[in-house]
Amino acid sequence: MEQAPQQSFQKGLKDGLPICLGYFAVSFAFGITVVGAGFPAWLAVLISATNLTSAGQLAGLTVITAGGGFAEMAMTQLIINLRYALMSFSLTQKLSARFGTIDRLLASFVVTDEIFAVASSQPGEISRRYLFGLAISPFGGWVLGTLVGAAAGAVLPEMVVSALGIAIYGMFVAIVVPPIKKSRRVLAVVAIAASASCLLKWVPVFAGLSEGFRIIISAALASLVGAALWPAGTVEGA
Amino acid sequence: MKLGYLLSSVAVMALTTYLIRMLPLVLLRRKITNPFLCSFLSYVPYAVLAAMTIPAIFSSTASLPSAVGGFAAALIAAYLGASLMPVALCACGTVLGIELIMQLI
Repeated sequence: MEQAPQQSFQKGLKDGLPICLGYFAVSFAFGITVVGAGFPAWLAVLISATNLTSAGQLAGLTVITAGGGFAEMAMTQLIINLRYALMSFSLTQKLSARFGTIDRLLASFVVTDEIFAVASSQPGEISRRYLFGLAISPFGGWVLGTLVGAAAGAVLPEMVVSALGIAIYGMFVAIVVPPIKKSRRVLAVVAIAASASCLLKWVPVFAGLSEGFRIIISAALASLVGAALWPAGTVEGA
Repeated sequence: MKLGYLLSSVAVMALTTYLIRMLPLVLLRRKITNPFLCSFLSYVPYAVLAAMTIPAIFSSTASLPSAVGGFAAALIAAYLGASLMPVALCACGTVLGIELIMQLI
């Protein structure tokens, strides 16, 4: 399958471009925030280049700004980023047999919401070439956006930053809508996840829940209901 | 703030995040055959995306109307079969348009 045309490095590169665009916007804002908090631009770039995650970085910055301890830092990251474990777990079932240990160690670095989403939406197994092609421009966009944001804060008009803010979500919509059109089951699971996410956000009892946990709980609940009601086995594109 | 503290904090942050991603990917090597677990995992990507998009998309821009407009534009474009980049650009363009109109009013 490694040679199939839809699994090439170029296809991955092409699929990664909208992620790159969205990442540039988000990390741009992160760069501004870091410098705004009184830190040097290199710290912003270092954090982005070694973490590649939006919510986790922002929370980490909050801990650093407050002079928090290392245990607090580790706990914060664990809570916010635990959803990646769920994604990695799901992704193991999509990787081609040619993913060795080193490939997996490398791939682990680029399991982000968006890269995971696009990779999972591919039919069949994912090749190494495709995954690394997919990840390379988002990583570049993430680091570069951070640098530009940190170095040249208010260059982009606010309106443009605002418009770029929706890019990532627009992409999510583009990934979810086609399988919804094909499958009522996916539609039901998506509806359950979205409703649960809204409930957890707005019902006061759950107000203390972090965004990371909200996503894990909503997604796990919806997928469990889907698997219980429609255990379809390995359904391609669900 | 001390350089050592900054560097150590970033190291702890990066290592924790990496381990969360890496452990399942490296430890789980075989294909899961349990049908329940298989279908659970096949639903996970869509459920995760839905939970991440809603309600967060509505606060992703400078104002609610532009976010709603951008969301609607993305839904329509995706429904009509547009691929990732065009859908994302469609949403961005709509947001920009609505923000411009709102500033003129």
